[in-house]
Amino acid sequence: MPNIKELEDLTTQVRRDILRMVHKVNSGHPGGSLGCAEFIVALYQELMETNSGFDMDGIGEDLFFLSNGHISPVYYSVLARSGYFSVDELNTFRLINSRLQGHPTTHEGLPGIRIASGSLGQGMSVAIGAAQAKKLNNDTHLVYSLHGDGELQEGQNWEAIMYASAKKVDNLISTIDLNGKQIDGSTDDVLPMGSIKGKFEAFGWTVVEIEAGNNMEAVIKGMTEAKSLTGKGKPICVLLKTEMGNGIDFMMHTHAWHGKAPNDEQLAKGLAQNPETLGDY
Amino acid sequence: MKTYTYTEKKDTRSGFGAGLTELGRTNPNVVALCADLIGSLKMDQFIEENPERFFQVGIAEANMMGIAAGLTIGGKIPFTGTFANFSTGRVYDQIRQSIAYSGKNVKICASHAGLTLGEDGATHQILEDIGLMKMLPGMVVINPCDYNQTKAATIAIAEYDGPVYLRFGRPSVPIFTPADQKFEIGKAIKLTEGTDVTIVATGHLVWEALEASKALHEAGISAEVINIHTIKPLDDKAILDSVAKTGCIVTAEEHNFLGGLGESVARVLAQHRPTPQEFIATNDTFGESGTPAQLMDKYGLNGDAIQKAVKTVMKRK
Repeated sequence: MPNIKELEDLTTQVRRDILRMVHKVNSGHPGGSLGCAEFIVALYQELMETNSGFDMDGIGEDLFFLSNGHISPVYYSVLARSGYFSVDELNTFRLINSRLQGHPTTHEGLPGIRIASGSLGQGMSVAIGAAQAKKLNNDTHLVYSLHGDGELQEGQNWEAIMYASAKKVDNLISTIDLNGKQIDGSTDDVLPMGSIKGKFEAFGWTVVEIEAGNNMEAVIKGMTEAKSLTGKGKPICVLLKTEMGNGIDFMMHTHAWHGKAPNDEQLAKGLAQNPETLGDY
Repeated sequence: MKTYTYTEKKDTRSGFGAGLTELGRTNPNVVALCADLIGSLKMDQFIEENPERFFQVGIAEANMMGIAAGLTIGGKIPFTGTFANFSTGRVYDQIRQSIAYSGKNVKICASHAGLTLGEDGATHQILEDIGLMKMLPGMVVINPCDYNQTKAATIAIAEYDGPVYLRFGRPSVPIFTPADQKFEIGKAIKLTEGTDVTIVATGHLVWEALEASKALHEAGISAEVINIHTIKPLDDKAILDSVAKTGCIVTAEEHNFLGGLGESVARVLAQHRPTPQEFIATNDTFGESGTPAQLMDKYGLNGDAIQKAVKTVMKRK
């Protein structure tokens, strides 16, 4: 059984990392990062089987692809705190000559990253390719991916969604971060997408819903169910309902913090709401 | 003067198909993807022999580029196949982020490049693809001249670790390079020795340059013809060595003069040895319907046009 308390403590520390990273350079995307903190922590600390060290090909281990690359702060924090690189390096986020670019990239050789992302809509295709390579290699490990809900407005996703079920890519779990928000407002205001669940099901995917995407136990339970549904001829979609800005009261229930950093006062307030657990970098 | 003859004409896309078939037999990591153009890309034989290593993605080129990038993670060497137009402009951002910036070992194989696609017209006749692809950091750009060279290039790029754009075409063109050639990426091939003018050509224009050089020889003009099959990385030295001798140059390509081989050559010359240059290329225009030969004549991409350009450039020395 997972130690929920430990995972929650780590998540609190990750929230602190996110706030401090974006505050230092006065740029970056805290809102979506905070909303996905439980999910990314659960993936790397509980759900995925990974080898020690980092190898680009990832043979014999589970893989994760972040398609909505702008939530790089949560990704970098969890990768560092999972041992892919030193947590001190979080200090270099978005600075010149850093491996922690604004959006994740393989270009600077940061361990843990297997594809550049940021220009939206491309990650599912990449995850599908990696999943099909695993099948060719008789590697039974899984491929995970994460996408924003607004990101589904990019047409390439629907090419990929159509393909994955047609080709029975059943070693893939693609999670959609359903926070209902994007840069210009709520997804329902910007471009209503109707039933995302209905669309995935119509395209031949098995859909798992996690209603409480910021509750560690619920995330692990839902993702464990998703894992149990792999290998049955269909790709798996997880609809993860999250709250953008989760854990920082003034960043929640608004899209204002999609791509905005807190000022000194706001940082202090946010950190006070999330007391240090594992220690700041 | 060394002369070139041919006994057979074939399309360069069939050279790609033959090369891919050979790779299927010799390299278990090679996989192929196609966006509903198997027959046009001559991928049938590879698919018949290696069905488990072929991915039909349907008419969805953006998804194809992403899947290809993903397949490299796991050690595969993906070859994507579709028309040049749909291999580049349609999917530029997918190539830029998921392949080029990510440094993925994907071979983007593009048929029906240029005007010689013919009757389908300008929607399909891309004349901007070399420019688009050469601007991507780290992308190798290759445009071989005949069936044998396309086959050799296809085999060679599987051995190279990194993204490659391989451009070839639809019409039957003379086969004049050796069947047993070893293809060296980035290494220009001097086809004739000459002293009066350098002609550097790529793709279908290489044969036209040889035809021009024969006629020029009869007119007392000694042309040095160089086959630039690799536009990036460009063989700067071969070009500079040749113009040091001839003092003028004509570049020839089935592509817009903006962004093509000619511009790459002009950059090298401007930096190291300013030299009079004339451009055989399309003049910032779209193509149109017609037979390949009609189109190459109308847009001035043939041996006659090269001869005229030679005479013009020699007066500028």
